Amino acid sequence: MRFLNRSAGRLSRHRRRPVAGLLLLMLGLVLTGSLYAAFAPSSQADSAQSDEELVEQGRKLFLVGCSFCHGQNGEGVLTEDGNQLGPTLAGVGAAAVDFQVGTGRMPAAQPGAQNPTKPVTYTQDEIDALAAYVASLAPGPAVPDPEDYSLAGLSEKEREEAVSRGGQIFLTNCTACHNFAGKGGAMPHGGQAPSLSDTSARHIYEAMLTGPGQMPTFSDGNLTPEEKRDVIAYLYSLREQPEYGGFDLGGMGPVSEGLFAWVVGIGSLVGFAIWIAAHTARSSKKKEEASA
Amino acid sequence: MTEGHDGHLPGLPGDDSHNGSHDGHGELVPGPIADPGLPEHVWRPTDVDPKAEKRAERQIATLFGLSTVCVVLFVVSYIVFDVNGGGGGATVRTVGGLGASNVALGVTLAGALLFIGIGLIQWARKLMGDHEIVEMRHPARSSDEDREETLRVLALGADESGIARRPLVRNSLLGAVGVLIAPAVIMLKDLGPTNRDVTDSQPYIGAGLEHTVWEKGVRVVRDVVGTPIRTGDLEIGDLINAEPETIFEVDENGDPLLEGVPLQIAKSKAAVVVVRMDPDENNPAPGRENWAVDGILCYSKICTHVGCPISLYEKKTHHLLCPCHQSTFDLADAAKVVFGPAARPLPQLPLMVDADGYLVAQSDFKEPVGPSYWERDSQQSTSK
Repeated sequence: MRFLNRSAGRLSRHRRRPVAGLLLLMLGLVLTGSLYAAFAPSSQADSAQSDEELVEQGRKLFLVGCSFCHGQNGEGVLTEDGNQLGPTLAGVGAAAVDFQVGTGRMPAAQPGAQNPTKPVTYTQDEIDALAAYVASLAPGPAVPDPEDYSLAGLSEKEREEAVSRGGQIFLTNCTACHNFAGKGGAMPHGGQAPSLSDTSARHIYEAMLTGPGQMPTFSDGNLTPEEKRDVIAYLYSLREQPEYGGFDLGGMGPVSEGLFAWVVGIGSLVGFAIWIAAHTARSSKKKEEASA
Repeated sequence: MTEGHDGHLPGLPGDDSHNGSHDGHGELVPGPIADPGLPEHVWRPTDVDPKAEKRAERQIATLFGLSTVCVVLFVVSYIVFDVNGGGGGATVRTVGGLGASNVALGVTLAGALLFIGIGLIQWARKLMGDHEIVEMRHPARSSDEDREETLRVLALGADESGIARRPLVRNSLLGAVGVLIAPAVIMLKDLGPTNRDVTDSQPYIGAGLEHTVWEKGVRVVRDVVGTPIRTGDLEIGDLINAEPETIFEVDENGDPLLEGVPLQIAKSKAAVVVVRMDPDENNPAPGRENWAVDGILCYSKICTHVGCPISLYEKKTHHLLCPCHQSTFDLADAAKVVFGPAARPLPQLPLMVDADGYLVAQSDFKEPVGPSYWERDSQQSTSK
């Protein structure tokens, strides 16, 4: 009791000091402020505000750069003879915008069988704004989180398993068009399945998610996010793999290998044979002179 | 070489005797410019200089020696460089991004063969005899006497053998030679089972040319991972390469239901592609109206041309393309052939949904999957 009394007395002594009132006031203010910050919906209001701004910014960009083909509200535009100038963008989602604009396929230079990749026209901020606007038209796949396709946090063994499983999934679902080494290939009517050797993990993921052009989609119900991640891990492992068997010559199989063997291989043999036949050292001396 | 045929000695420049008439085929008329003959032979250094000869000898021996060195290096690198990293996670050694083993073996073996070749050529060009040989051109036609003689000998042979007079001998010979095809036929026939051998009574499920392991209620599962599919998993435009759940099933001991050859047969016959399209775009064949579930369609993945697995799918046109010979099937039109050599549409697997909401087969395929065979009526198809 004596101790308690003493401490209580010490506290009351402090309280009587002139600073005590000021300190108490400060404490009250800070507490009130932080409590307000914790409970008031101010942060959500801010982000909603910025989302709206982003969509509005995206809409302005869209009206300038995309609406000619895709319509002023992204509803798509039909040509006079009933062909589609640009398809509707309702429901394609932010992932499709991030892929098409982020790889330079959009804005398209001209209508054609397939839009090739070009230098990217928009900054990432502008692409995000466009994606936010298109995503606001109708629900669709969102831009994937880097965690969805990153192998970070996996043990060495788990990584090996991911690469091996991803390889099987790739060889079953993707090889038909993209070639066994992901080098791409020709498709009907002037189209082509692009090479995946330089495509970023994010864009590969978005392509699987949205199925650009003629490519079938591999939605999350079709290939789970882990399976998509494994496919990407396999494709990345191909890039790091040394060419054990010598030069891969584009990884296109017998076409480039046969071309190399016939043109370079047999050609150099023919050249060598001609060179041998054309070169023999001759002496100006006569045999009789030499022997004499 | 035909040296000496005309009585010419090789390497005798300036010998004009062969510029005259030959074999009695006309006279050469001497022109206004005198025939200068062949230029004088120019000798090689090794012919006239004993030092050069010795040097060439040493060069050639060195080349053969280098070949031996390469062979030794080949054997050494075969032992030293491990192709698969020696297991245990050891990394494979590389040279400039290429496998060290491949590079070392290739370079040393190529060197060994190349040095022997170069050595032989050096030997022939520097040390072996250095004759210039003149070979005159002659008319290709044989002389009339030779032709008559040949025809006479042929006629005599035919006459003496009596091939025209003794048809029994001739025909029995032709028969004997013809029958020699039989050994080839029976050996080729034994390379694999004939269509008649592939009966439905084989000791594994789904046996026979007209059946697969699909049956009523078998779940459609994703290939490789073996997970079942709900209708809600698929979006319009999705493509799934699928198999029957049977090939992933295990018994109570955890052993696979199908293994080895029966597993491979089951997989190769039962492989399917599952696609989802807008139900309004699908134009099912008569009698197949209830084979799709909400625009989800399932077709055999085995091309009806020669049996390649096909999964080049274009989601906008609904065309499925075979990479082997470009047969193209329109999946929105009962997999009708729209291009290429295939004769029949792809067989369709009737789908339904089981009590748990997963996609299952209504039955097996209604027609044989894969390429045509003799016993099959290639015009018969359930889509017609």
